[in-house]
Amino acid sequence: MKQRLDRDTMGMRAAKELKDGDCVNLGFGIPTLCALYVPDGVRFETEAGLLGYGRLVMADEIDKADWHYIDASGRFCTPAPGMAIFDVVTSFAMIRSGRLISIMGGFQVSERGDLANWNTGGDALGGTIGGAMDLAVGSRMVIITMEHTTKEGKPRIVKKCTYPLTAKESVDLIVTDLAVIEVTPGGLLLKEVAPGWTADEIQGLTEAELIISPDLKEVEL
Amino acid sequence: MINKIFAGFDEAVADIPDGAVIAVECWGYPATPHNLIAALKRKGTKDLTIITHTFIPMVFSEEYAALPAVLLPQMKKLISPIVGIMRLGAGGFVKEYVEKGMEVEIMGHGTLAARLYAGAAGLGGIYDPIGVGTILEEGKEKRVIKGKEYLFQEPLKPDYAFIAGHKVDKLGNLVYRGNYRSDQPVMAMAAKVTIVEVEQIVEVGDIDPEHVITPGIFVDRIVLIPPDGLGTPDKGRAVIEQLTQIESVRDLLFGKAD
Repeated sequence: MKQRLDRDTMGMRAAKELKDGDCVNLGFGIPTLCALYVPDGVRFETEAGLLGYGRLVMADEIDKADWHYIDASGRFCTPAPGMAIFDVVTSFAMIRSGRLISIMGGFQVSERGDLANWNTGGDALGGTIGGAMDLAVGSRMVIITMEHTTKEGKPRIVKKCTYPLTAKESVDLIVTDLAVIEVTPGGLLLKEVAPGWTADEIQGLTEAELIISPDLKEVEL
Repeated sequence: MINKIFAGFDEAVADIPDGAVIAVECWGYPATPHNLIAALKRKGTKDLTIITHTFIPMVFSEEYAALPAVLLPQMKKLISPIVGIMRLGAGGFVKEYVEKGMEVEIMGHGTLAARLYAGAAGLGGIYDPIGVGTILEEGKEKRVIKGKEYLFQEPLKPDYAFIAGHKVDKLGNLVYRGNYRSDQPVMAMAAKVTIVEVEQIVEVGDIDPEHVITPGIFVDRIVLIPPDGLGTPDKGRAVIEQLTQIESVRDLLFGKAD
């Protein structure tokens, strides 16, 4: 039976790329879920100026929120032992010097790894950049988690992005509800598929041409 | 010792002229100098250029908070990496002001930080890899340095910075709390006049020199936030209460994910 990965599972799959000692910046949405599945020793960075913060404050504990600690989406988070606090000049030096891994959401990724994830409209006011461009250009590894297709069923993995770009040739790995795809110098390498799906079916929902890995397997968690 | 302490927020912003360029920190409710913003609104200063990290609509009442957006009718230009909240229509809320002639300049957050640092350090600008191949290229000089493309970005040198601090001594040596620090140290360094609203004023010597984040030389004016001021824990609770009434914002700020 065909299955699409739910958002938790996508977060879990992306988190599998991380290992002890990695420092990671998590974007909105699915990436936030990765935090629940990372191995010990992974630390989180927010461009707002924290490295090594603790859990996020959830809906049922709002009264405990301390608004001196926020992540980059403005979510309240908790301090944790070993946390460091710094200003944005330091923060973007971390981001731009390739010391971090970035897991972000995406609207489109192109066959060359171009990323569009800040704006779905035509003009500069159609979206918000925040730290996304810095993270896409500067991170050691950029992982994009997104649904494989739009709500209308159109491919998000495309030959050329039609939405305004965040950065050129910046994505390393795409985790969707249907597949895990690595961006390689030779093109997009389909490495894993969701349970019950064939490579042909994934290609049918992908505008860019996929190279099928000789080791193609079901998504591993 | 020069007295940097002002009796109130209105006094602290009294000399800000029309056309001033002001850097203001904002992360939503947190890390925002609400009281100075409210004072500048009361003063009615016109043709402002506002440089801020986050420019989002006022989704809570002005009784509790004043984000930079309360200054919209007084603004000539906005410089910011975040204009609006995606799920609340992104920058749509400023379009009526853009139609009336307000200019908006967007860029990545790290670029904003670097441009402010350039302003502080007297640099003539920066060559920045961020934005290459995007709509930010428009109108920018592009230069290849050692085989890599960069965009030229001018320095930012605000006339004033509005800062939300935690503790300051009477010389202006300043400590922030949590990630209220963020953009504020570089804003304080870049601005000609830095005005700080703060939770505590202490005597000289009461702050361990090892803990000073912004040295007092960068701080020109200090105003203590009174118990009934904006940005206090009580007002914060009221703001959170209001935020949780808006479903999309509540999910964003307190949900399990997206």
